[in-house]
Amino acid sequence: MALPTHASRLERIWHYTYLVICAAIFLFLIAPILVVIPLSFNAEPYFTFTEKMLKLDPTGYSTRWYDLLLTFGMTDPEAPRGWSWWADTWSNAAWINAAKNSVIVGFFSTVLATVLGTVAALGLSRPEMPGRRVIMAILISPMIVPIIIVATGLFFFYSSIGIQDWGIPYLGVILAHATLGIPFVIITVTATLVGFDHSLTRAAANLGADPVTTFLRVQMPLILPGVISGALFAFVTSFDEVVVVLFVGGLDEQTIPRQMWNGIREQISPAILSVATILVLISIALLTTVELLRRRSEKLRGMSPQ
Amino acid sequence: MSDATLSQATAVNEPSAGLTTADGKPLKQALLRAQSHARRRAFLLVAPLLAFILLTFVMPIGQMLHRSVHNEGFTWHEDVTTGHRTPIMTNLSQWFDDNPLGTEPDEAAFAALAADLVVLREVKAAGQAGTRINYERSGSRSMFTKAARRANKLEAPYKEALLELDEDWVDPSLWRVMRDASSSYTANFYLAALDRTKDADGKVTQVNENRQVYVKLFKRTLFLSIIITLLTLILAYPIAHLLATLPLGKSNLLMILVLLPFWTSLLVRTTSWMVLLQSQGVVNDALVGMGLLGDENRLEMMYNQMGTLIAMTHILLPFMVLPLYSVMRPINPSYVRAARSLGATSWTAFRRIYFPQTVPGIGAGALLVFILAVGYYITPALVGGADGQLISNLIAFHMQKSLNWSLAAALAALLLGGILILYWLYDRLVGIDNLKLG
Repeated sequence: MALPTHASRLERIWHYTYLVICAAIFLFLIAPILVVIPLSFNAEPYFTFTEKMLKLDPTGYSTRWYDLLLTFGMTDPEAPRGWSWWADTWSNAAWINAAKNSVIVGFFSTVLATVLGTVAALGLSRPEMPGRRVIMAILISPMIVPIIIVATGLFFFYSSIGIQDWGIPYLGVILAHATLGIPFVIITVTATLVGFDHSLTRAAANLGADPVTTFLRVQMPLILPGVISGALFAFVTSFDEVVVVLFVGGLDEQTIPRQMWNGIREQISPAILSVATILVLISIALLTTVELLRRRSEKLRGMSPQ
Repeated sequence: MSDATLSQATAVNEPSAGLTTADGKPLKQALLRAQSHARRRAFLLVAPLLAFILLTFVMPIGQMLHRSVHNEGFTWHEDVTTGHRTPIMTNLSQWFDDNPLGTEPDEAAFAALAADLVVLREVKAAGQAGTRINYERSGSRSMFTKAARRANKLEAPYKEALLELDEDWVDPSLWRVMRDASSSYTANFYLAALDRTKDADGKVTQVNENRQVYVKLFKRTLFLSIIITLLTLILAYPIAHLLATLPLGKSNLLMILVLLPFWTSLLVRTTSWMVLLQSQGVVNDALVGMGLLGDENRLEMMYNQMGTLIAMTHILLPFMVLPLYSVMRPINPSYVRAARSLGATSWTAFRRIYFPQTVPGIGAGALLVFILAVGYYITPALVGGADGQLISNLIAFHMQKSLNWSLAAALAALLLGGILILYWLYDRLVGIDNLKLG
């Protein structure tokens, strides 16, 4: 993108204007996400920078909203902070419980989506797969169909089969989140399978490996980065999903997004911003992992990065 | 893996039909068997997931859509505790079967109605039946509950007896609605979803002007989605171009700025916009602080269409950048250079050489953003206020508040139909295989 030396003055002006425009767009993309981080340390219950904050006065900042995340819902938040205080937090604090629920739902739906999705992607990437196009379209559709339609459909379906009475907690939400995560697993795994050298599996078979060994020792290591990124996508999808939880989740099935949703709708407090900050940090960690995996996958498959 | 070797062998030897395999079978037959075996194996790998999706996704949605044409509110009553089902309004429905549309309800009709009201009273279904009629003719629910309460005291002549309770019982439009509702299957909810209704003669007409909400909302959803698609395109094009032309090391770094929003929770991003756009929020404070805005005329950027537009543009922007980038990256820069050296101005070179090569990316991104925008729910619900709501929000309203589930299903069916057409188009033009995530 370097400017050639023979560029005219007008072109130079345009070039720098263009760079400024791009910078502004990048700012538009990233600023809203970063702005919540400092605001979550606000000492006042406002959603804007106070004068003290702008002057970088330490008294303008506090971790009180993070503290509130721990104490909200506790039986005795005023107790001295010892072992029993933490035990109380762990078992009673609303946000901690929501986090636990989110992790449970996320974990099981991710496992389900990843296993089913990976196996299916193996089948879909075989050239002899019948009806590939239609099946692929059906499997990807949970990503396209508006979430409200999915949620309404599941609401009626679950109540007609009485899933709440089956005695398996979170079952409805886990199944629904697995469905929503599956397209991501399919997309990432089939992407790693594109350009997969099938002579490798033939070579393995030739050397006496049975199909299972071939899969575990030859295919799996090569597609593993794709599988893991797919799993992370599925987990994030579940971890961020609120509408289905609202429609089909039981009253005690509070997840982080649901708790946030309630918080935003009722009385938005800066505690929401501290949750948001934590979630942003988690997404930074996940993004880094996925990027590293992608590079590793390209290296493994001998593809130069495009 | 012997199938593969076989297929290669035939590729060389075809069309010699007389060949046999080592164990004496005709080669063609063995090959066909091997191929169908491979097909079956591939399908078996996909089958569990396909079954799962059909069961937890396709079937529930199908079942829900069925509700848009099927409503038993006026035909069956199901006891909540025992699950016992009783047919209701049987006499009236018999009368409707015997008399064609347009027949003035006679004493027999009112007698049938009175008999059915007694049943309604017995099984406590007056509210349910009244609600079903109320969907199409407001004010009817109370007529039913009131009449059912006194059903036992009604005596012939029934017409006069009912008229004494409420003179609306002779209203022809009420009888038209009852006639339609007395069969479980109806298309009336689709009519309602399109701001249409049937008049007393069964002719389809527009509803009263001040009750026309749905078509307006569909139009608004389309309009806002188009604007959002255009905005994301305008914003995404320059940065996708920058990312595609920078050296890889730098562009990977800048790509993080696109991917981080993509990975960040939707609720977090919506919350951030609420924080930024509030009238006491960061943007307004900054504008006031810089003296660009008086303290008393702070901008109203949230709880209206503006809020929905800004937040959704931001949230959907990565979905536009990524397809554009993947189309722009492989474009060979020497084409533009060649155009320049042949005398084209930089604008002409862009317009005639560069831009046409990016059209597939524009198509892919625009379709994807549009499809996602049309069905958006969370962001409009939180920052949209009254006039920034989209059709999804209305479906949620009928699901949770007004409890007119058949109408919700009809609206959902219309929305889903539109989206599936676009999805089909996307598959045609772009191919679902080319969907990429970062």
